[in-house]
Parts: sequence; structure tokens; C-alpha cells
Amino acid sequence: MSLKLKALCKSPWIFHVNTGACNNCDIELVDALTPRFDVERFGILLVGSIRHADALVVTGGVTRQAAPRLKRLYEQAPKPRLVIACGSCACSKGIFHDGYHMAGPVDQIVPVDIYIPGCPPKPEAIIDGVVKLLKKVA
Amino acid sequence: MKRTIIPIGPYHPLQEEAGFFQLQVEGEKVLDIDVDLGYNHRGIEKICEARTFDQIPFVVERICGICSTSHPLAYVQAVEEIARVQVPERALYIRTIIAELERLHSHLLWLGLAGHFIGYNTVFMWAWRYREPVLDIMEEMTGNRQNYAMMKIGGVRRDILEQDLPKIRKMAEDLRPVLDMFVGAVMDDPVIHARTKGVGVLTPEDARRYGAVGPTARASGLAIDVRKDDPYAAYDRLDWKVITGESGDVFAKAAVRLLEIAESIKIVLQCLDQMKPGEIDTKVKEIPPGEGIGRVEAPRGETFHYVRSDGSNRPVRHKVRAPSYVNVPTFKATCIGQTVSDATIILAAVDPCYSCTERMAVVDAGAGKRPVEQYDLVAVSQREGQKMLRSLAGKVAQTTLEKKLAEGYRRIGWKAC
Ligand code: SF4
Repeated sequence: MSLKLKALCKSPWIFHVNTGACNNCDIELVDALTPRFDVERFGILLVGSIRHADALVVTGGVTRQAAPRLKRLYEQAPKPRLVIACGSCACSKGIFHDGYHMAGPVDQIVPVDIYIPGCPPKPEAIIDGVVKLLKKVA
Repeated sequence: MKRTIIPIGPYHPLQEEAGFFQLQVEGEKVLDIDVDLGYNHRGIEKICEARTFDQIPFVVERICGICSTSHPLAYVQAVEEIARVQVPERALYIRTIIAELERLHSHLLWLGLAGHFIGYNTVFMWAWRYREPVLDIMEEMTGNRQNYAMMKIGGVRRDILEQDLPKIRKMAEDLRPVLDMFVGAVMDDPVIHARTKGVGVLTPEDARRYGAVGPTARASGLAIDVRKDDPYAAYDRLDWKVITGESGDVFAKAAVRLLEIAESIKIVLQCLDQMKPGEIDTKVKEIPPGEGIGRVEAPRGETFHYVRSDGSNRPVRHKVRAPSYVNVPTFKATCIGQTVSDATIILAAVDPCYSCTERMAVVDAGAGKRPVEQYDLVAVSQREGQKMLRSLAGKVAQTTLEKKLAEGYRRIGWKAC
């Protein structure tokens, strides 16, 4: 394992992208940072800029307008980078599968490392997903 | 002085959702603001026209996660108007309880985010912590922390069990001292006063001109609330007040929301007292041709749904108007002339919700070249808060906020670990 990847697993910084989610997935994600779940204990930090991030958490089924931006964000992320598809929308477009403005799901736009299904996934599920991902790459 | 354009977004830590703002500034002053949305447009109205009447509540629930009761409620009311359904009494009370619990958690969420934007992360963490019991109750009652799937044409989908009633009552009563703590903390803190009083004032005339709704309008002194003006569910049987502010600034918006939490607690407790056992659902056979509207006071303002039926099993037209759609343009009235560091909290004070707003958008295919650069406005705003804190440090030993919160904590007997 590269040194960089090892460092990443120690304390993954995440950047959150909403590509057309209904807000719930986003709120549950932020919820994981607040006192009840508090993932900061494990060094997981939500950062404000993609250039500082190790992992990209994508919520929402990727609308046509968001797709090129998601691609650009992915390209800007420093390597090695991980992509987490959070929520049914991100995994499969969910209930919006036949919408005319949906370009997704996420794995059609950028490669995805782990899928966390649920509408919305509970914070426990999100944490579980991240832990599984770290185990996978480590 | 040279004009500079500061792009915010579309992906920006300031927002949970994607939205693109351009601030035109001269030095520190904001001269103009431009909003460009469409990142969240999913074409929900069109999707709804391809679903049957009974499936649509699940789709409209996912317009916005925070208002996942208001949209389905407005929709079922519209369909009930077409089919002339008499909803059973108990179902009306259950609808009211769910809607008010949603308002509780939504306002707490806003309070937390507002605290975060002015640099008080303590408020953010605490507000979100006290939101959890509300979500727990929701999970117990409906099976999900969000997206409750309770609304149904003709009634509600699940009954509230007898054994859940005391739990709801306890949760609501436990929230009261917490609210007192927040009210005390926010109303007395000198830094919060300095950051929010007289900032981003929306005059009553402007509020009326922009058609603002919900807490945004009520903070400017307009007493509009669908729950009073056009009562639905069980609101006309309950005793509660419409909260209004006067000054229309960020402080007033915060105060209105905080006091509304108290009203919501009151409403929930009354519902629990008055609710009688009974049916929760009427059978609706078919939806005749016709058109109907449903209005609901969502946490952010009036949500409006229009449904037209041609007698088949799906609507021919479904139109949604969400509150943020009219509240977002008020930025034009409130932001201009303010400083950049205040822009953040002014934007946040409206509690904009783009996933609600964006069902209709003209998509400009050529608009691909947008700067994704981020200017960390939140950080600017937070630094401003810290600066004030320091400048006040000589005068107030420990900030009132922290003291109040600590004292409130002692009262409710919660120990920090
Ligand atoms: S998966 Fe569900 S909760 Fe998450 S964004 Fe999609 S509709 Fe919303």
C-alpha cells in the first residue's frame, strides 16, 4: 500500500457534492458529524475545498446540469481519491429514474468505490459504509 | 473603486445544495447579486404525471427532505378537494402532529446552521444534538428518520400507537427547557446582536413586493400563515399564535423561528390531549375529473400544490410552488449595500431550499464554463464573529452565550462528556 493511501485511511477528509439530492442524504451526512454520531473522533472531517479532500461523497442522482461539474470536481481531487455514492439516488437514481433531467447515476459519470443505499441511509449506515471502504483499500 | 465579482458555488461549503450566486462587490460592499439555479432540477412535476395518484405522495415527499411532510400533505389535500373526501378526525390530528414535529426539527436545523455561519459552532452542535430526539420519535412512529410516508389520499398511512403517546409528550416537554436555553442564549449575546441586528433588513413593503412567505415575511411584520388564514388538518381546533417580528433583520428571523418552536410544542401537546381513537383512513375509489389545490404552511412558508385530473388514474397536470421560490429573490432587497462578511448570514437567514425550488428551469446548454473556484465566505463570516468576540472580550468576561448555554445545560442535567 502506498504511503499516501495509508495516510488517507488514517484520517479521510471528505468533500460533499450534492448533484440533485432531496437534502435528506445531505442532512444525514452532516448529522454524522454532530454529537450523536460524531465521526470527527475518527479523524473524518468535512472540508470546504475539493483540493483538500481524500474522498468525494456524492449524493443525488446527478442532474444534467450537475454532471459536468461533478466530473470537473473529480478531476480536481488530489489522488488517490475515493468516491462514495451515498443514497439510493446516487446508487441508481432511485425514485427519479425516469426523469428527463437525470444524467446519472453517479457511476455513469465518475468511478465509484462504494455504494451506500437507503433513502436516506441512516448515519449509522453511512459510517458503516465509510469503514467498509477503508477496510477495502487498506 | 474596481468592481469585483465573487462567485459562490455551485458547490460551496456555505450551501448544502448546489446553487450559484454571483456577488458584485466594491471593496467590502455588495453592489449586486445574481442567482443562478438549476443544479437540483429533477423534473419532478413531469415524473409525477407518469405516476398514479397513490404513488405521487412518495415522489413529492422527495422534493425536499426537510419538508417531507408539507409537500405530500399539500398534494393529498389537492386530490381530496377533487374527490371531495371527508378525512377522519383522528387522521387530521395525526397530520398536524407530524407536520409540527417536522417544523421543530427543521427550525432546530436552521438554528444550528445559522450559528455555524456566524462562527458559533457550539450552537450548531447543540442544536443538532437536540434535533435527534425529534428524529427518534419520528422513527418510532413512522419507521424512518426522514421521508415519513405518512400522508395518503383520504387519511394517513399509520396510526400513532397508544404506547407512543407518552413518548411524544415527554420529548416535547423535554424540548421546552432546551428552547429556553437557546432563547436566552441568542437573545442576550452581544456578539449575536452585533452580527444580526439591523443586518439584511427586509422591509414590510419589500416583503410584500417580493411575495415573501413564512418566517421570512413574518419577521418583517406580515402576519401571514396558512395555518391561520386557510386552516387545514386540525389547526382550527387548536389554540396557538402566529409569531411576527418587526424589524425584518436577521435577528428578527431567528427570533421568529425560535418562538415558533415554542408554538409547535404547544400544538403537539394539545393534539395529544384532544386526539380520540377512531378511523384513520377513508376509502377513495376513484378520482373524478376536476382540479384542486392544496396549501400547507411548511417550515419555510406556504407550499402550494395544484392537481388536475381527467378521470384516469394519474393527474394530467401537477404544479408545485415551494416557499423558497419566492423567498430566494428577497436577497436582492436584503443583500445589497451590506458587507461581504454579512452576506453569508443574510443568505442563510432565509433558509433557502433549492431542491424545493427547482422543479422548473430553463436549462442553458451553453452554460458550461462556470468558475468552480471557492471563496470561503463562511470563513470570512466566522472570522468576523471571532473578531467581535475579541473586541468585546474586555467588556464581557465570558460571553453571555457560553454562560447561558452552560447554565441551561446544568438545568436540564446534561453533562458534556
Ligand atoms: S436517496 Fe432518497 S433521501 Fe437520498 S437524495 Fe435520493 S430521494 Fe433524497
